[in-house]
Amino acid sequence: MTEAKIQTRGLNLWFGRKQVLENIDLDILANSVTAIMGPSGCGKSTFIRVLNRMNDITLGCRITGSVLIDNEDIYSPSTDVVKLRTRVGMVFQKPNPFPKSVYDNVAFGPRIQRRTSKKELDVIVEESLKGAALWDEVKDRLNDSALDLSGGQQQRLCIARALAVKPEVILMDEPCSALDPSATAKIEQLMAELKKKYTVVIVTHNMQQAARVSDYTAFLYVGKLVEYDLTDDIFENPKNRLTENYITGRFG
Amino acid sequence: MAALASVLIVVLIFVFLFSNGLQAFRDIDVVSFLTGTIWQPVSEQPKYGLVPMLTGSLLVTGLSILFSVPISILCATYLSQVASPTFREIVKPIIEMLAAIPSVVYGFVALIIIADVIQGILHNPIRLNALNASIVLSLMVAPTIISISEDAISSVPYEYKEAALALGASKWEMISKVVLPSSLSGIFVAVMLGVGRAIGETMAVLMAAGNAAVVSLNPLDSVETMTAVIAIEMGEVTFNSTHFYALFAVGGVLFLFTLAINLVAQVIVRRYKELGR
Amino acid sequence: MTSKSTTQTIAFLVLRLCTAAILIAVFLLVGFLVWNGAPVMSLQFLIESPREGMTAGGVFPAIVGTFYLTLLTLLFALPLGVGAAIYLSEYADPRRRRTLYIIRTATVVLAGIPSIVYGLLGLGLFVLFLRLGFSLLSSALTLSFLTLPVIVSASEEALRTVPMSYREGALALGATKWQVVRDAVLPFATPGILTACVLGVARAAGETAPILLTGAAYFLPQLPHSVFQQFMALPFHIFILSTQSVDPRLTRPLQFGTVLVLLLLVLSLNTVAIVVRSRYRRKYRRVSG
Repeated sequence: MTEAKIQTRGLNLWFGRKQVLENIDLDILANSVTAIMGPSGCGKSTFIRVLNRMNDITLGCRITGSVLIDNEDIYSPSTDVVKLRTRVGMVFQKPNPFPKSVYDNVAFGPRIQRRTSKKELDVIVEESLKGAALWDEVKDRLNDSALDLSGGQQQRLCIARALAVKPEVILMDEPCSALDPSATAKIEQLMAELKKKYTVVIVTHNMQQAARVSDYTAFLYVGKLVEYDLTDDIFENPKNRLTENYITGRFG
Repeated sequence: MAALASVLIVVLIFVFLFSNGLQAFRDIDVVSFLTGTIWQPVSEQPKYGLVPMLTGSLLVTGLSILFSVPISILCATYLSQVASPTFREIVKPIIEMLAAIPSVVYGFVALIIIADVIQGILHNPIRLNALNASIVLSLMVAPTIISISEDAISSVPYEYKEAALALGASKWEMISKVVLPSSLSGIFVAVMLGVGRAIGETMAVLMAAGNAAVVSLNPLDSVETMTAVIAIEMGEVTFNSTHFYALFAVGGVLFLFTLAINLVAQVIVRRYKELGR
Repeated sequence: MTSKSTTQTIAFLVLRLCTAAILIAVFLLVGFLVWNGAPVMSLQFLIESPREGMTAGGVFPAIVGTFYLTLLTLLFALPLGVGAAIYLSEYADPRRRRTLYIIRTATVVLAGIPSIVYGLLGLGLFVLFLRLGFSLLSSALTLSFLTLPVIVSASEEALRTVPMSYREGALALGATKWQVVRDAVLPFATPGILTACVLGVARAAGETAPILLTGAAYFLPQLPHSVFQQFMALPFHIFILSTQSVDPRLTRPLQFGTVLVLLLLVLSLNTVAIVVRSRYRRKYRRVSG
């Protein structure tokens, strides 16, 4: 029985007066790929941003309930948010590499964590780029600007950049929605590799993608958790009428 | 039609400056003008060396940039990234006010009180000097540098900031390692425009710097800038004398300096706009 | 990690200090001038002429001179500047990129030219070549060149904020290009253009170097009654009073008073411009929805 890496209990979130997440109880298991799906506006992006406290930077955000990672509440007052974000990494919807070289992008995280020698950095950069299946394509171009890479390569660079800080959890917010099908396929393959070492949570509005890549799927609707189960079970035997309607395309 | 007025005026300036300025060179040797270190137009053997005023302008401008740039950039960073929106809305107009104050008023303040403050602290013998002018000039130049830098810093895309935070950067690390490096070219333009303003400033330095046409890099000496020499001596020359033309020639050099600075700044702005996505 | 947050605390403290330094400088400067100038200010000061070698009396002629000067400057600069802005914003063919580029660069260059260089131009062109002599006219023309870029860029900004839908609506009703500009665009952009004027006036009122070379005088027995005469002006008055009056210590009160008058004039003009601009922007944002 795999341990729950992340647990939310009674999670509610408001932006100002508007409640965006309602009473979410969810266990995310270690070394798995969990997909969060649902129609637009259901709160899925907001949900994963709870997990690395990125919602903190939005004004007027209020949270109740608990969010535990390895059994520690990350919203307790004593939490070091900066450190949390090195344990829980994030890849965004639109690839956002820094306007720096490929090398400097990947090295950014480690450099700000501690003093690292050039040799150490070289190793980390190579490992991370390999982990993101990008090394072969850029190993001769490490000093080129990251903005010269294609969209799919940029996104894998962002994944490498996130890997370089050696996180335990990787959050992906619709990572493929800005990419073409072949780039998407590469990243989906990557996810199968990544879950061996990390816990992956991915938000997607693409049901087929959720069915392809994830072990577990959660279905969110208007801020509430409607159903959460093994992916195969959810898609073949949805237990909730809403889930069934969503899956069969009755609403999008 | 009316827009061509702008172009017309630039052309006119060129024409008049150079037609009058170049006439100076009927009587003065160009090289000795540009490299001569003595400016004594009113003497038995008049000498028209530009170097004293050149060093005067460069000294005063250099010092004022030295004082102003670090403080201005840090202030701009604060306003752009750390300050609350209300604070920004109140403070930005106040800084704009600083820019609106006429230069003669700055000169007055330097003349009347800043010179005394300096003497009180440093006990320098010469009351009106380059330092006096630089201090007040740095105040005049600060609003320009602050507002253009602030624009550049604020236009760094939100995505970069988010990415940095998500990688475990603190807010200051995000600012110092991502936001500021990305806005460097904009900040550079801000500084260039500040330099342009400083070199072109007339009244404040005229009233504050003492106006001794000597070659000196000592901030506590009196110096004369290119702008000041024109303003002071033009009132006393006979029209169409060599001295008269020489002053136009100084104006020509000044014009070329500021032209170069502004054009380079324009080029950088354009190239930056093309690259920035 | 505590060392990260310590670094951040220190860094932010430095940032705050720098901002505070600038703000303190502003307040000290303005405060000093107000403190010393206020005792001299009175209605009398504003409406009397200077007496006794500038140690007593007021600065009325300088105020009048500045007033005439800026009025005249605006007379020349406004039509030219707004016209240019209208051309650049409404009529210029975006395909003629080269021409547009040249005009815009020229405007930017003009904005960066030192005021004394404008003075030289005024001297060479207006005073000497056109034989206008040292006069209000020469100075006003010179200053209009100087304020042109200010008016053009502020007006252009005002015109640019008029939404395309206004123009399209008017065209769809069968208006000619000029009618569109006159009836649909200009009324909307008027506050912005007014702001441009106010800013231009503020700039012109404070300039010394150009008028020094083209017509300003220190003491005239009468007010100018023709544009071909010399005039007194506030900034020039300050300059001469503080550097060349016979005993600067005795004329000090008049110096502070004149400075305060000029300062108040310029700052209130700028404040008006800023207020108009921000109210205009707020109203506009609501309109465009």
